[in-house]
Amino acid sequence: MTSAVTEMQPTTPAQQEIPVWKQEGAEPFLQIQGVTKKFGEFTAVDNVSLDIYKNELFCLLGGSGSGKSTLLRMLAGFENPTSGRILIDGVDMSGVEPWKRPVNMMFQSYALFPHLSVADNVAFGLKREGVARAEIKQRVGEMLEMVQLGHLGRRKPSQLSGGQRQRVALARALVKRPKLLLLDEPLGALDKKLREETQFELMNIQEELGVTFVVVTHDQEEAMTLATRIGVMNHGVIVQTDEPHDVYEYPSSRFVAEFIGSVNLFEGKVIEDKPDSVRIKSKEAGSTLFINHGISCSPDQIVHVAVRPEKIRLSHENPGQSDNCLSGVIEDIAYMGSLSLFRVKLASGKEVRITQPNFDRRIGERFTWDDKVFLHWDEESSVVLTS
Amino acid sequence: MKRRSLFLNSSATLGFIFLYAPIIALIIYSFNASKLVTVWGGWSLKWYVSLFNNDQIIDAALLSVKIAFISATAAVVLGTMAGFALSRLGPFRGKMIFSGWVTAPLVMPEVITGLSLLLLFVAMEGMFGWPSGRGASTIIIAHVTFCMAYVAVIVQARLSSMDESLEEAAMDLGAKPLHLFFLVTLPLISPAIISGWLLAFTLSLDDLVIASFVSGPGNSTLPMVIFSKVRLGVSPEVNALATLMILIVAIGVGLGMWQLRRQEKLLAQPEN
Repeated sequence: MTSAVTEMQPTTPAQQEIPVWKQEGAEPFLQIQGVTKKFGEFTAVDNVSLDIYKNELFCLLGGSGSGKSTLLRMLAGFENPTSGRILIDGVDMSGVEPWKRPVNMMFQSYALFPHLSVADNVAFGLKREGVARAEIKQRVGEMLEMVQLGHLGRRKPSQLSGGQRQRVALARALVKRPKLLLLDEPLGALDKKLREETQFELMNIQEELGVTFVVVTHDQEEAMTLATRIGVMNHGVIVQTDEPHDVYEYPSSRFVAEFIGSVNLFEGKVIEDKPDSVRIKSKEAGSTLFINHGISCSPDQIVHVAVRPEKIRLSHENPGQSDNCLSGVIEDIAYMGSLSLFRVKLASGKEVRITQPNFDRRIGERFTWDDKVFLHWDEESSVVLTS
Repeated sequence: MKRRSLFLNSSATLGFIFLYAPIIALIIYSFNASKLVTVWGGWSLKWYVSLFNNDQIIDAALLSVKIAFISATAAVVLGTMAGFALSRLGPFRGKMIFSGWVTAPLVMPEVITGLSLLLLFVAMEGMFGWPSGRGASTIIIAHVTFCMAYVAVIVQARLSSMDESLEEAAMDLGAKPLHLFFLVTLPLISPAIISGWLLAFTLSLDDLVIASFVSGPGNSTLPMVIFSKVRLGVSPEVNALATLMILIVAIGVGLGMWQLRRQEKLLAQPEN
């Protein structure tokens, strides 16, 4: 599943330029500086610092209770940080009330006003701003056209489907032309098919309008598809901030590796530490593991080697490599359509997950239950995790 | 299957007979031509005619409606404020006691409420000269006191079941607290306010005990007049009056239910 997502990463020419967050001296649009939020004794957000740049689509990804929603609510102004500062476009937001912030939010429940029509819902924010009546009508019309609901302006929210309500909520949040749009689980309530369509729609709208998006989600697939960068949160702390590709391929910790996609972890001891490579002896794997990039570690340190299931190759013949080559017996096979998932038990008792794309229809004939197989991968395919 | 439906049908029938037999008897006897309440003398509308010529009853009815209207309206304003405060102040020291205090009048015996209000009014008149004497205004104050507790409870229940992100969304879109209340919160709790008003109106219209304590000479509400008439022997006029009141209440409740159902349908949170 996750491999399919990574393949879907658009590789437009624009993305191959140096992204703004890697440029030196670039001015961040949203600055979160050492923000902590405590509810009584409980620390929901713990000293988070984060820079987000203009036109980014930044995803805060984490499980429930990771503090991602609290962080979002502090950006909107519904909660005040216990300590730390939030700057939007260089302006300190401390003590600025929610109705004065250049920020709009799309709520997880959509929070459409049930007593107002679709058009009045969208017009609500503009009326509060005191925009002239004719202009309100025009802007609401344009916005509803953009989300393809121009013909439903007079309906009440209760007369709309889930996907339509989601688009009304988006239109309502965008019509005020906020500098920053916050989205709380924007696709959470949609079914899978609608969700995929809406993901791309959301990306198009974001590019078209040039608004900076901050999206909160617990769905790693959603984050992978949408985001320019992902901030992975756990226990109120951002554990890694990187582009989707890097978060997946180079997780910085066991938490990130296991949270995003699935992964096989082998515990081992460093036996050879060179500036550009490491060799690790792993009892669990029953083999030496070689990685062709250097890490900062001490000899004999216990580390974990992470290998994604789709990076492992399966064969009946011994490939004849001394490193990164394990052997075991096929315990279980799950046919998933585009891929097949194998569970292989090693001599040490460790189970390894391997996915193989179904290139042809006969994979089930080549590998079957209780086959003795070899597992092997390239020296650049695995990552060493020290934390 | 058949036995169960037989059982259900007979229990429903018995229940309704028990509830409505007295009322039906009253309606039939209101058309009685005989002067004696207990003797049937054929059909007639004469008690309705004589009712409309009875100034005492008509005045009392008008006074009761006026008092009920004013107290229900005032109780809705105060009760909504109390209910809003109770559900939105967040946890604070003594919140339990505070909400207990607001709802205490619901379970307080009317005699005690009436007596304590009477003592208060007398003491206040002695100290500040207000309220000078007792009459419609003291009845209104007394009715607001116990009606607002009902409204507060209804409004609070509605508010706590409301999705708070609706209010956050309004703030996020630029609504200041006052706008937020009148443009979003109030329309959303309007079904609770309507049912609160109807309940307060009915309670006030119906009240005999408290009104008897705090009213003064020349300010008798309808229940007080009926009660005093009945003590002197039931006049068939009272039957006619009661029949008219049942008619009015039935129409009022019907309209209220219809309006509430319409509102609820409109405000229903659609499931995803």
